[in-house]
Amino acid sequence: MSTGTTDRLGMALNVATVAASEPERRRRRPLSTAGAWLIFIIGFLYFFVPLFATFEFSLRAAKRDPVTDELIKPSLAAYENTFADPAFWSSLAYSFTVGLITIAVSLLLIVPTAYWVRLRVPRLRPAVEFVTLMPFVIPPVILVFGIIRIYSGPPLALTNTPNGSDILLVGAYVVLSFPYMYRAVDTGLAAMDVRSLTEAAQSMGAGWPRIIWQVIFPNLRAAILSGAFLTLAIVIGEYTIATFLVGTKPFGPYLSLLGQNKAYEPAAVSLISFGITWAAMGMLALLGRGTRGRVQVAGAR
Amino acid sequence: MTTLEAPGTRPAPRRLPAWVGVIPFFLFAIAFLFLPIAFLVIGSFQTIQGEFTLQNYASLTDNSYIQTAYVNSIQISAITAILGGLFGFLLAYAVILGGLPGFLRDALMTFSGVASNFAGVPLALAFVFTLGNVGLVTMWLEDIFGFQLQESGFTIYSIAGLAIVYMYFQFPLMVLIIAPAIDGLRRDWREAAENMGASGFQYWRYVALPILMPSILGTTILLFGNAFGAQATAFQLTGGTIPIAPVVIGAQIRGDVLRDPNLGYAMAMGMVAIMGVSITIYTVLQRRSERWLRS
Amino acid sequence: MTFLELKHVRKDFGAVVAVQDFDLDAETGEFVSFLGPSGCGKTTTLRMIAGFETPTAGAIHIDGRDVTTMPPNKRNVGMVFQSYALFPNMTVAENIGFGLKVRHRPGGEIKRRVGELLDLIHLPDRGDRYPYQLSGGQQQRVALARALAIEPSVLLLDEPLSALDAKIRVALRHEIRQIQRQLGITTVYVTHDQEEALELSDRIVVMSEGRIEQVGSPFEIYNFPKTGFVASFVGTLNAIPARIEDAASGQLLLGGQHIRSASPFEGARGDAVAVALRPEMISLEGIEASTADSGDNRVRATIEEVSFLGAVVRFKVRVGEGDESARIDVDTFNNPNLAVPSTGSPATITFPPDACLVLGRDTGIRGVDALAAAEAML
Repeated sequence: MSTGTTDRLGMALNVATVAASEPERRRRRPLSTAGAWLIFIIGFLYFFVPLFATFEFSLRAAKRDPVTDELIKPSLAAYENTFADPAFWSSLAYSFTVGLITIAVSLLLIVPTAYWVRLRVPRLRPAVEFVTLMPFVIPPVILVFGIIRIYSGPPLALTNTPNGSDILLVGAYVVLSFPYMYRAVDTGLAAMDVRSLTEAAQSMGAGWPRIIWQVIFPNLRAAILSGAFLTLAIVIGEYTIATFLVGTKPFGPYLSLLGQNKAYEPAAVSLISFGITWAAMGMLALLGRGTRGRVQVAGAR
Repeated sequence: MTTLEAPGTRPAPRRLPAWVGVIPFFLFAIAFLFLPIAFLVIGSFQTIQGEFTLQNYASLTDNSYIQTAYVNSIQISAITAILGGLFGFLLAYAVILGGLPGFLRDALMTFSGVASNFAGVPLALAFVFTLGNVGLVTMWLEDIFGFQLQESGFTIYSIAGLAIVYMYFQFPLMVLIIAPAIDGLRRDWREAAENMGASGFQYWRYVALPILMPSILGTTILLFGNAFGAQATAFQLTGGTIPIAPVVIGAQIRGDVLRDPNLGYAMAMGMVAIMGVSITIYTVLQRRSERWLRS
Repeated sequence: MTFLELKHVRKDFGAVVAVQDFDLDAETGEFVSFLGPSGCGKTTTLRMIAGFETPTAGAIHIDGRDVTTMPPNKRNVGMVFQSYALFPNMTVAENIGFGLKVRHRPGGEIKRRVGELLDLIHLPDRGDRYPYQLSGGQQQRVALARALAIEPSVLLLDEPLSALDAKIRVALRHEIRQIQRQLGITTVYVTHDQEEALELSDRIVVMSEGRIEQVGSPFEIYNFPKTGFVASFVGTLNAIPARIEDAASGQLLLGGQHIRSASPFEGARGDAVAVALRPEMISLEGIEASTADSGDNRVRATIEEVSFLGAVVRFKVRVGEGDESARIDVDTFNNPNLAVPSTGSPATITFPPDACLVLGRDTGIRGVDALAAAEAML
């Protein structure tokens, strides 16, 4: 029996029907709401007290009023000193540059590979996934250990030249970015039905470079950006690999050195560093597809 | 990719096999991941003269300095994994099912994303400003309660202090990973359990907790690995005065503190083994959990 | 004897009235269906019987006990969920035995009972499988066994078949009915599928917008709908615009032609009404062996469309011209000797006066202009 006629009448009837919502009832909970609040407040304090302490500390730097010669407290002297320090700016510029190059190289490697693996060589997928997960198993300190040992002597003595070290640093960071980039790009590819898009482009006569540049990349914009911001956040704060390969040039080692030599400026720079992390993660949240879960593991611990 | 033919053209004899397209990726991985690690692996099985030996691994257990480093590392990782896992779970549970306002959940997830990535030097410094000798909380305790933190024996530059600092990135990671699992608990399951006569406790004992258990255990193990590989935070905070495995490796890179490069490689491999085991267990448990929550 | 009783049950969610004035007496062993569109309050009513919702007003009695505010885990009512709700961490046997385990029954008894139930649902060798290893139909059978394991006083099923494929749905439907008869358990079945309700139920409660529209046997609901809603929701229905000629004698004008309705209606001459008419009550003269009575309505029409629906052939015919015309579905049983007319050819349709249900502006469909509804169909 067909219900077609009924459906049409039913639709007409439903115009005036207010669908009664059936919302979830508040369930009895083993944990009372008071307990939940208590836990939340402890978490909140754990999160914010160190930040507040850092902020408070950064205002303790003494400064004399140029007219009355009296001590001003709290003061922004720590921030003024920091911004006046050319090493601060050069380290930040260096880390940003390294970060951007890392992102570019990582994208050039990961996007075509993830795309190709999905489309043409799915049997290599486990191998690619294995490689992208390796940075979770190899701590940065071990990775840099190996890199220094293999590239410090013949035939590949790269660590002895300044540019050679920079190249090694980017190489190590690209490896660190693999899990984030691959996960983000692969999820993006899964969401856009690569095969149909590719076949549609092919049927209209597009070649591979055009497909990758004009079809795949633009559709992956959100995925690529989220991978890129996560990578940037990690590279800017990274200390271990940076300090062993290129010394105090990058931002992380600069802050570390500052922490050993100055009192209040490190607090200011720590807060700035936190702000950069926050901004990068904020962008990630805005993009709505933060690569959550297991990809959050290899960072600048 | 340009080495490949444009699609749509007829297959020609000179066509390259499809796997050629992934060669750049693997070449890069070999240069910056596999060769360096292979160097350490091979070195760990060699004497200084380059002969094969297992002595380096045997020495790992003989050398008391290395042993202390491993024990410290395992201790600190285990403590922060268990406490961070427990607290992270309770926190995620509190905001998702605890009856708190909905916006707190979004706030917590954002905080957790930031905090789990905020580590290393600035984190260590932030805790110095908080619980160090002239830290804010140290001074509050003294001013308000007359409590002398230093005289109580506590210092942020100790293993306990390090654990407190590590917790800052440990529990947010737990929150991030466990929240989807808690979300995956379906209302139907609770209702079905109640319908068959189960009390709230019985529902937790027999249904909810067993369903969450693989996720909780797996993530706790992941947290262990997460702390185990951390070097920057500990080095910045203690300057190497407390030997933990990654810091010892760091010192070995700088100046061969073990006075035996090959022993250093073996020690690095030991770390990789521990990390590998923990990540593997995590992956296995997480798969089981996903399968349950999907069905 | 009345076993399950709902008295003036009402449920508000904030300002929204989900259910009101719900009265029902279900006999021991009776199979009652709640039938209605989504949002009509049928699931809310079921959940109040299970104890997952507390009525805002009214009372619910099971076997003479007032259970209105009793928590769900004390009611001993079995429930089968739309999404199966099997515990993924337990095997099939553990799922079925769960209710007995929380009642601290001895292990031997649980094992025996689980074995019986696995036989009952024809899955005797699947006890140690996990839910994700079973098909949807098998999972729902396990859910049914699980609900029955606690020997519930009432069995509740909340759209248990709607997540399944059409074929499995029909097979499982028969199985549910058979098991229910075998156990003689009082059952409430929620569905939006009229076919399910008609086939399974001893009685159907048709609901709309939180109210009961009609309670009756499937035969009564289908053949004697009390309201326009029931007439339109259950079965296929033509709602044909017409004008009143003489209400007292049941005379109407359909596309300018005279017809007669046996059911009484009110209204003045010239008033617009809708005539509800089931497709299978209409015959096409000359297409099949005539069963027409001399008192039947005869209306000239034009064939517009012919569609083969398998066992049934459906003709769409148009009666009258211009503003007063109407399109009508006519169903005929398929057979190879059918003389199928071509589209555009003239035809005569016949239908008995007592098959016409007249829906006026204020009779029939509450809150909705019956004519607007009829016109929306054209």
